[in-house]
Amino acid sequence: MNMSPTNMDGLNPIILSLVTFIPAAGGLLILLIPRRDRDIKLFALVISLLAFVASLHLPVHLHRDLNSFKFEIDKVWITTPNIHYHMGIDGISVWLVVLTTFLTPLCVLISWNSIHERVKEFFILLLLLETALIGVFTSLDLFLFYFFYEATLIPMALLIGMYGHGRKVYAAVKFFLFTMIGSMFMLAAIVWLYAKTGSFDFVEIQHKIASGAVPGFEAASLWLFLGFFVAFAVKVPIFPLHTWLPDAHVEAPTAGSVLLAGVLLKMGTYGLLRFNVGLFPEQAHRNASWIMFLALIGIIYGALVSLVQPNMKKLIAYSSVSHLGFVVLGIFSFTAAGLNGAVFVMLAHGVATGGLFMLAGILYERRHTYEIADFGGLATPMPKYATFFLVTVLASVGLPLLNGFIGEFLVLSGAFQARPIYGILAATGVIWSACYLLWMYQRVFFGKVKHEVNNALPDLSLREKAALWPIAIAALVMGVAPLVWLSAIDPAVQAASKVVGQ
Amino acid sequence: MMMMTTAFAHSFSLPGLLAQMQTSMPPPGADYMRILPELVLSLFGMLIMIVDPLLDEENSHQSLGTIALIGTLAALASTFWMARYPGTAFWNMVRVEGFSVFFHVLVIAIAAVAILSSFEYLKVQRIRAGEYYGLILFGTVGMCLMSSAIELVLIFIALEISSISTYVLAGFRRREASSSESSLKYFLLGSFATAFFLYGVALMFGATGSTNIDAISHALHSGNAPVPVLAYVATALIFVGLGFKVSSAPFHVWAPDVYEGAPAPVVGLMSTGPKAAAFAVLLRVLIEARAPGYFWLIWVSAALSMTLGNVCALVQNNVKRLLAYSSIAHAGYLLVAFAAQPELGTSAAMFYTAAYAAMNLGAFAVVSHFANAGEKYVTLEDYAGLGRRSPVLAATFTFFLMSLIGIPITGGFFAKFYVLSAALKSNLVGLALILVLNSAVGAYYYLRIIVMMYMREPRGEVPVTPLPAAAGLAIAVCVLLTLYLGVLPGPVLDYASLSARQLVNDTGAPTASSVSLAVEQ
Repeated sequence: MNMSPTNMDGLNPIILSLVTFIPAAGGLLILLIPRRDRDIKLFALVISLLAFVASLHLPVHLHRDLNSFKFEIDKVWITTPNIHYHMGIDGISVWLVVLTTFLTPLCVLISWNSIHERVKEFFILLLLLETALIGVFTSLDLFLFYFFYEATLIPMALLIGMYGHGRKVYAAVKFFLFTMIGSMFMLAAIVWLYAKTGSFDFVEIQHKIASGAVPGFEAASLWLFLGFFVAFAVKVPIFPLHTWLPDAHVEAPTAGSVLLAGVLLKMGTYGLLRFNVGLFPEQAHRNASWIMFLALIGIIYGALVSLVQPNMKKLIAYSSVSHLGFVVLGIFSFTAAGLNGAVFVMLAHGVATGGLFMLAGILYERRHTYEIADFGGLATPMPKYATFFLVTVLASVGLPLLNGFIGEFLVLSGAFQARPIYGILAATGVIWSACYLLWMYQRVFFGKVKHEVNNALPDLSLREKAALWPIAIAALVMGVAPLVWLSAIDPAVQAASKVVGQ
Repeated sequence: MMMMTTAFAHSFSLPGLLAQMQTSMPPPGADYMRILPELVLSLFGMLIMIVDPLLDEENSHQSLGTIALIGTLAALASTFWMARYPGTAFWNMVRVEGFSVFFHVLVIAIAAVAILSSFEYLKVQRIRAGEYYGLILFGTVGMCLMSSAIELVLIFIALEISSISTYVLAGFRRREASSSESSLKYFLLGSFATAFFLYGVALMFGATGSTNIDAISHALHSGNAPVPVLAYVATALIFVGLGFKVSSAPFHVWAPDVYEGAPAPVVGLMSTGPKAAAFAVLLRVLIEARAPGYFWLIWVSAALSMTLGNVCALVQNNVKRLLAYSSIAHAGYLLVAFAAQPELGTSAAMFYTAAYAAMNLGAFAVVSHFANAGEKYVTLEDYAGLGRRSPVLAATFTFFLMSLIGIPITGGFFAKFYVLSAALKSNLVGLALILVLNSAVGAYYYLRIIVMMYMREPRGEVPVTPLPAAAGLAIAVCVLLTLYLGVLPGPVLDYASLSARQLVNDTGAPTASSVSLAVEQ
């Protein structure tokens, strides 16, 4: 990486393809490596780090003054139908790409010892999943988007079903079917758009819709909006479509949970923002009230259910329902603050909740249980672990100077501008989240060691620390210097809200 | 009154045709080129019958299979020769055009893959190879002819050639009662269905005075005379006959029993080959001949097939039965394309038959290999833990199932996609919605197999033998084709659209020879 900046600009046309496909190429190379687990793990780590380094090119070279898509590549893939290999990112998707590449190496590290059999398949699936996730955020062709969106399904379902615990098969199938059924409606909507516009290109379709050049759009727009909405609402998940989430999270292996909470859920909110709001601004406005109401239910319901969970992982899973509710609330408040905050919460939640799942996984490796009642007083045998846990919990709770605060604050102020009563009610969600997370922290770490076995628990190893430091640093940096992120997010969101304003 | 007189005048056309056949000069040499693949296949079929008694039974499997395979490959090559001679042959009974070339290639390729996946199977099941391969080749002749015949009587003969060989092939596991049951059931119901078809042909002849597709189209749509009621009845009857062949509801009841009992590679063949050929005939009769009033027939049958197929598949525990119901559902998806605008629908349907053939043959190749002696291991439970014990086999099977579900980068996805977009472009929102909902339901039962393979503990007593070269090749071909159709569907679709345009637009204007026939009268 000793190229000069001007040389690096030469990378721009291919950088998105590189970032997207490095992991998959690595995954395929693993196929050729003989089954020596250590080599495979090392190789997966190197590949995922390589993808991370490559993805750093994106925010560094993103020109923030413009609000169109950057690093575009647009090649004809299939002539009939008119499908293009069209990729590009803006200030919203760039951070989601980086979030994905940031979390994946940590997932490799955290799975080092917890996966014992079929190690090869595990890391292949993990890397394929990474490619699919990045592809979702970089695609500008609706078809390509749908392709990557569906492609995330298979590795994730297999990761849950093959490496999970407990009712893993049930969880995997439920996850698969919920998402699959939801996205069928999106496919129908995409095909309708193609049938009427002759294109899958996001920018072109958006332009055609905005200029009223799509025949029959008025009558169909509500159904199209709902078609996309159902697909993304399952993924977010928006109450009442959330029931797959606790199952999938609790049974998934740690790396699966991290990517599921950290990135997969963001596919839903990203889709809402990019497609539901971007393509159907009128319908988005018209339907905003009930969607915000569902988001509000999600925030409070998720928080209340978290409060009573005896299972640590389930608690974190339900907290995701609550946090993602903030994102949806922010998006459909249609205020600059709300939209900015929504994107920021996506990133912050990815880091903090990803971290919480990693921490829970570390504990599970030692004790093979997630029950909060099985622990207590862990701060004594595991002081370093307790510290990392506290930082991550506080980030998730939304303590100022950590990343959770900025996003939720912005969302709440946006919601308050749009509908004061929603802002007030959503603010209780912040309080609840402090309750359930800190109460959980208290029961797990404080007091005397309740169970004799826990006295002998080893503290963090070097590898685990290597996985947790980046989380802690990211949480802190994002909390102290949010403008680094927001300066890229804001113009993109402005562009989206300009479309909305029409 | 006028209708009756025209019918009367036309009723002499068939004898007229016969007279011309007897009196006119022998057909030109180019006519033989236009049925070259059929000739090559018949020759190799006969060669197998001659060679079979000369070989001892132990060694005959490999060599006869190889002859059959060479036969299909030679036929495939001769298809490209045939394609250089577009036009009609044998007094307007056969026509070489993009459409027939497409189905020739498809059907022969299906036969080749079915033969490849039979190599090991026949040995394991101790099935005599001679008649088996011979019948596959002869059946393929029928299927090829079905796709190029433009004369309803010839279509009927071709249909019978293909059907009779599949009836026999279905009963080849002679030691199994279920196989005999399968064969008998298929034979009885199949004969019943072809009788419907023939009756339809007769009525069509009565209504239009011809059995030639072009002439029928011309008779039905020229002039201001209303389409005779008889033609509607004829269309319905022909649809019943062909609906049976493609196992669309409500004519599907035979499929699960027959598929369960018949040898697995044969099921792979008959769920794709004769089905593709029957769809070709259906396209000829409904779209090229512009048969009247088929829209609602297709609509109802498509909706029923999709729904019944998928719902019944949900509760199956036998993989072959499950795939039988899945094939009923896929026939339904395919029929959706028939209800769409002719040109769009035809190309979508053609692409679908190709993609379905690739994925379903592949799936059955895996099932045949895994079934073992006497087809002992065909229940879902037997597949438990396959992902652990035989990762490659499980991965390829998963790939085929993904394609059947319709996940992107597989041929199955684009197939469904084209059908869906043809339906939406034709404003068939209701049918499109039924298709979408059914695809979602369908995902569940394919997923059950994948779940079994990857997420359940293996049962010790189910052996997994290493994959022999021939079966491996068959599976690899299917994987590559499914992947090709899923990543670069352009060339195949372009070809299909081109032939669809020909098929749809060339109708109405009768060809020179059919005009001369009319003048003769």
